[in-house]
Amino acid sequence: MRETTLTSSTSTLVHTTLPSTYQVVQSVLKVLKRNSSAGRRGGDTQAQARAQAQIRGRKMAAGFKTVEPLEYYRRFLEFGAPPTDAPDKGYVVPNVDLSPLCSWRFRSGPPGEEAQVASQFIADVIENSQIIQKEDLCISSGKLAWVLYCDLICLNHDGNILDACTFALLAALKNVQLPEVTINEETALAEVNLKKKSYLNIRTHPVATSFAVFDDTLLIVDPTEEEEHLATGTLTVVMDEEGKLCCLHKPGGSGLTGAKLQDCMSRAVTRHKEVKKLMDEVFKSMKPK
Amino acid sequence: MEGAMQTESKIRADSRTEPGPRGPGCSLRHFACEQNLLSRPDGSASFLQGDTSVLAGVYGPAEVKISKEIFNKATLEVILRPKTGLPGVAEKSRERLIRNTCEAVVLGALHPRTSITVVLQVVSDAGSLLACCLNAACMALVDAGVPMRALFCGVTCALDSDGTLMLDPTAKQEKEARAVLTFALDSVERKLLMSTTKGLYSDAELQQCLAAAQTASTHVFRFYRESLQRRYSKS
Repeated sequence: MRETTLTSSTSTLVHTTLPSTYQVVQSVLKVLKRNSSAGRRGGDTQAQARAQAQIRGRKMAAGFKTVEPLEYYRRFLEFGAPPTDAPDKGYVVPNVDLSPLCSWRFRSGPPGEEAQVASQFIADVIENSQIIQKEDLCISSGKLAWVLYCDLICLNHDGNILDACTFALLAALKNVQLPEVTINEETALAEVNLKKKSYLNIRTHPVATSFAVFDDTLLIVDPTEEEEHLATGTLTVVMDEEGKLCCLHKPGGSGLTGAKLQDCMSRAVTRHKEVKKLMDEVFKSMKPK
Repeated sequence: MEGAMQTESKIRADSRTEPGPRGPGCSLRHFACEQNLLSRPDGSASFLQGDTSVLAGVYGPAEVKISKEIFNKATLEVILRPKTGLPGVAEKSRERLIRNTCEAVVLGALHPRTSITVVLQVVSDAGSLLACCLNAACMALVDAGVPMRALFCGVTCALDSDGTLMLDPTAKQEKEARAVLTFALDSVERKLLMSTTKGLYSDAELQQCLAAAQTASTHVFRFYRESLQRRYSKS
């Protein structure tokens, strides 16, 4: 992974606790922003965004780094041709990487089942919540479009991967800046203007809340790995700010009644408010370019 | 399939139902089930919902690889093969959903250190595929004689742009819908075992879909019961 020096970084740590009959949870969101102009080698991409989401405070829990490598934009066909059935849409390709670094449970090699399921989940969240319009990624209809690669790398796995992935994805997407691209009429080549960059238009802010279910009665919010392992089922609710649900992911496990489901929804609404507040504070406090 | 040596029961149950909170949009498509049609697996079933058809085969309880062995219960494995192409990440995700649903109902503790494998082959896909897979898996598990604490069924709901509910949507309806929700419900208390959704919807709509799915599941379970009764009354 190419490391570029952090010339300036601002981090804000905010503590929030969820009081509950369920469980006390501490969420810490730390977003590091990279200053993209000064101190850079030529040839480095400037269109990278990086965000690290750390949940569960001091004891390092799941941490994610999202990097979107658009480094190859200098080369010819580095963007991509839009899909034939949707000529004015770009691509967003998420990939969750669970390496042996984060937990003893994973081996190196092709992505295991958990990583694939998580990648699919993130792809579904992006698709369902319409967090960015794929049309925004189109440069020239039918010919050229941006391909956004979202690599979510787990640094430390202590359960509740899906929540952490969603936070990191959101934070990173807010940080992405795409340079302006024009197509030269004569040569039909794309010209990238690195001086002019614009942020992505983030339309909604989906926030995931996960629960561990124990024997149909007990629900624990934001489970650790140990709790997940002992749980008889899990449930993840992804909500956006209007209270609309983007995803209700319950991969099997013990049954839940409608009433319990309702409890989970209200908890998800509370969680969404807290996380949104956190994120707004962090982004406001980041140094402007 | 026709004229096979083993006993097979072909049930064509026309379960066109018209219940539901809203008008005629709430009918389930015609469904049919055929059991014990394959000779090698311990249990097999083919489930048809409208034009969607899935074939399931169950092997188990059988020997398990030492690396996958669980000391106090059976290891459940689900393999889902798409109709065309190689299985990808989406299939892996579905396999996990089906596997966790089966794990919740199968009494694995009765067969420790064994493996139960469910293999699903998509024969044709015309909407509500995941629900059809769940139904086929359940019927195949019953056919194999795997002990279960309850039966389960899959129901798909689609919400279109004006909020109209449609049960068991076709592929075209799924594409045009604003949201598609698939639920797996158990037969004892109609509790929600599994849910996976696509698209945006509100909390109230979710409850409405869940209620409609619970009503529809009654019909599916009745169909299971009838088809099994008919099969065992013959032999």
